Amino acid sequence: MTSLFEEISDPTPDDVPVNRVAITVNGQKRTADVEPRLLLAHFLRQGLKLTGTHTGCDTTNCGACTVLMDGKPVKSCTVLAVQAEGREVVTVEGMASGSELDSVQEGFKDEHALQCGFCTPGMMLAARALLNENPDPTEDEVRFALSGNLCRCTGYQNIVKAVLWAAAKDRGEDPTQAVEKYTAKQKGANQ
Amino acid sequence: MTQTADPRAGAPAPVDEIKIGGLGASRRRVEDNRFLRGKGNYFDDIVLPGMLHMEILRSPMAHARIKSIDASRAWAIPGVRLILTGEALATRNLGWMPTLSYDTQAVLATDKVRFQGQEVAAVIADDPYIAKDAVTAIQVEYEPLPPIVNPEQAVAPGAPIIRDDKLGQTDNVVFDWEVGDQAGTEAAFATADVVSRLQLHYPRSHPCPLEACGAIADYDRATGKLTAYLTSQAPHIVRAAVALIAELPEHQIRIISPDLGGGFGNKVPIYPGYVVAILASILTERPVKWVEDRTGNLISTGFGRDVYLDGQVAMRKDGKILAVKMNTLSDHGAFFADAQPSKFKIGLMHSAFASYDIPYAHMASRGVYTTKAPGGVAYRCSFRVTEAMFFQERMVQAAADDAGIDQAEFRRINFVKDDDFPHRTPYGFLTDSGQYNKCLELALKEIDYEGFLKEQAEARKQGRLLGIGISTMTEPLGAGNSREYDILGIKMFDSAELRVHMTGKAMLRTGAKTQGQGHETTWAQIVAHELGLPAEDIVVEEGDTDTAPFGMGTYASRSTPVAGAAIAMAARKVKAKARKIAAHLLEVSEEDVEWELGRFYVRSQPARGVSIQETALAAYSNMPDGLEPGLEAVSYYDPPNLTWPFAAYVCTVEIDPETGVWDVLRFVAVDDCGVRINPLIVEGQIQGGLTEAYAMASMQFITFDADGNCIGSNFMDYLLPTAWETPGWELHEVVTPSPHHPIGAKGVGECATVGGPAAFVNAVVNALSHLGVRNIDMPMLPDRVYEALTKRTDVSGAPPVKTD
Ligand code: FES
Ligand code: FES
Repeated sequence: MTSLFEEISDPTPDDVPVNRVAITVNGQKRTADVEPRLLLAHFLRQGLKLTGTHTGCDTTNCGACTVLMDGKPVKSCTVLAVQAEGREVVTVEGMASGSELDSVQEGFKDEHALQCGFCTPGMMLAARALLNENPDPTEDEVRFALSGNLCRCTGYQNIVKAVLWAAAKDRGEDPTQAVEKYTAKQKGANQ
Repeated sequence: MTQTADPRAGAPAPVDEIKIGGLGASRRRVEDNRFLRGKGNYFDDIVLPGMLHMEILRSPMAHARIKSIDASRAWAIPGVRLILTGEALATRNLGWMPTLSYDTQAVLATDKVRFQGQEVAAVIADDPYIAKDAVTAIQVEYEPLPPIVNPEQAVAPGAPIIRDDKLGQTDNVVFDWEVGDQAGTEAAFATADVVSRLQLHYPRSHPCPLEACGAIADYDRATGKLTAYLTSQAPHIVRAAVALIAELPEHQIRIISPDLGGGFGNKVPIYPGYVVAILASILTERPVKWVEDRTGNLISTGFGRDVYLDGQVAMRKDGKILAVKMNTLSDHGAFFADAQPSKFKIGLMHSAFASYDIPYAHMASRGVYTTKAPGGVAYRCSFRVTEAMFFQERMVQAAADDAGIDQAEFRRINFVKDDDFPHRTPYGFLTDSGQYNKCLELALKEIDYEGFLKEQAEARKQGRLLGIGISTMTEPLGAGNSREYDILGIKMFDSAELRVHMTGKAMLRTGAKTQGQGHETTWAQIVAHELGLPAEDIVVEEGDTDTAPFGMGTYASRSTPVAGAAIAMAARKVKAKARKIAAHLLEVSEEDVEWELGRFYVRSQPARGVSIQETALAAYSNMPDGLEPGLEAVSYYDPPNLTWPFAAYVCTVEIDPETGVWDVLRFVAVDDCGVRINPLIVEGQIQGGLTEAYAMASMQFITFDADGNCIGSNFMDYLLPTAWETPGWELHEVVTPSPHHPIGAKGVGECATVGGPAAFVNAVVNALSHLGVRNIDMPMLPDRVYEALTKRTDVSGAPPVKTD
């Protein structure tokens, strides 16, 4: 049996291949014996009990499973755990340090950028990756960077605001003002 | 001796309601604290010791007789614990189960499969990978039967009978139902100057919350108790249904609906997967988890819409509507499983035209079976109200065009006037309040209606296609009252239980179930408003049938109108008791006690008072003689009427004549949902709702090919707009409090999804109206728009889809 379902103690049949992987997750090195077909998303969720990484589809479309691998956003439903061998993975649980939230998390709360919360971890990590690359994105750049992440609840407008909020905060500017500027521009914005 | 001193001298400063997070505060959400940290508790996050995993085998065919099922190869896979087929279920009388509309539905198919994706067998194994392996190893032999993918085929002579399992079912008709005054309507049509007719199809759609459905069933033989963690918007209804289906005593069933990753109506019905998981847990005596995958979700669970309209409007020359006729033909799939009040076969479709002053109307509705998935759920909708308002607003636009009257002016002529409430609608509802014209005028002003019409005329000269669409509607939200509204006989009220602890902190439980609406935040605001307790001192809990008072759950925008009202009433009961305690503490009679937010005081001496927290302490430590200790109350609220919010949506678009691609230029939304408890959350609901409206108008639908194959069973085919396509929304408000709701609130969660689609379609059709185009069925895919503008015809989207 792989270590994933450890409470079931039946022996693993001999013909099931098992690989040992070592993956650094949220700064901590974790090792496990896994079947090669095990998805990284399941490794994180069931194996490490990091259930903040969600899965919302079977076709790599929704992005609910987005994590950072070596700093780049990846859809963990489409990465095998064995492919993450030796890599650094950051999940939503690794965003805050202690009681201090990441600015993206703060922005999401302040701008009401989540409703059911299911897309939120993946959405925030995609946003974090964007801001690491581009500290002052335009609305279009935010929308494009998040276009691999579906949200069914919010209509994205507040998510865009939240990311602009976080970007301003990271730059040391007043985040509320940055959002107000964007809101004022909203009128006729699609033109 | 004269006293000129301030009578309030010595009294504490009044409580600032916004500061304590009361009514009208854009309070940041408390539930976010866990969601932001990845600490939500969705059902798939729950792991029970010894848990097994279930996977479902689905039919590849739309309609076929099952000749044999051979599971021997699946049994041979190590780690497989149990395989269930329809036959195994039938021996326990569980082959079929009742639907929410008094029909039956196969749990696992026994005789035939009746839609592609239907549940045929289930494997329970040590882990989900093994269960999936085993499912693919099951061999089923099918004998194909002809599929039926639209109502026309269903009622054609010689059509195969889909529901041959039902005694006495000799055709594919589910129901014929009518409402309204037929004779009056016919008479009015006979006197009309203009009759406008429009035929269209509201395509099949799916609520598609980002989290699909699923269950963990945990039956404990030792105690006889079944605990089931279910993705349910209505856990108490599930408990009642499980008691009936599985014949377990109701007090031994505990349904827990943990955090839900969205619902939108998808999580109201009871699905075969839940029932099979429960049986599997009973048989294996281990917890069994079933996680529905996206394909399973889209192909088999509650769809919405799929209704055809033949509508007619009779008018005088001056544009006054005299009467309306609506004939609807609805496609319910293989089982009539609509989640709706049982009295109404086609939901509240007859709420159509509620915002217009029309003397006569008649509606005839027919529902049919097809070889498609069952559902008919209230997808972000108060029971077919989405179709009703879409049909209404499309008919209104066509009628305005046919009468040669400007579409805004046409609405002004026919709106119910502000002083005309309560107003009896032509189909018999009673609307409560509204300022329809004010909303419309605000929307027109914001979008600069006149300016746009000029711009449009200019653009047309240059061959550019600009269009403007309006949608105005009121919708009935918050079922009951219980006289008229029930589901499976259970009356549609709701409930709240408020417990104020000794230190003035409180716990609130309701029979509703949040799935993103933010109940944990807003419910506390209602209590703060009623009692003056800071919202942060009130914890809100929902979704556990062992602890929550009985309620009908959250769907159809009914939580604020019904559960929200129950909360206010429970808080008022608490306040009434606290007043007695205050009188005791202040040593005056109750009549001399006055209330201001958070505080009782002696009428003649405002400085002499006690806070609500002090009365709470006394309720447990210093109660007056003859008064029960404690400070708690339960309220069951049966609303006197539905609430009737109003919305005016105006959209401008530009179509690219080379490709048929259309872009939203602007979208102005004016919503009047009465008093707003939390403006930030209300706006979030509207933005989300508009995005789902845009989705249905532009890309999101499920269709079928001639063989009955479902097209739209994954995110490659079932397109949801991303941040990139989704337009920005410009929101505005008007407030007309509900006259009968305790805090004047109305439902809002669905207004935008209900009223939004017609604004987009009206805009695109308006851009093409000079070419004689009257209708393009949703979704207005570029190829459909291109066909309309090049061939100058209407475009139907009814299945089967075209294949060239
Ligand atoms: S689960 Fe949908 S993209 Fe990974
Ligand atoms: S908040 Fe529900 S899917 Fe984004």
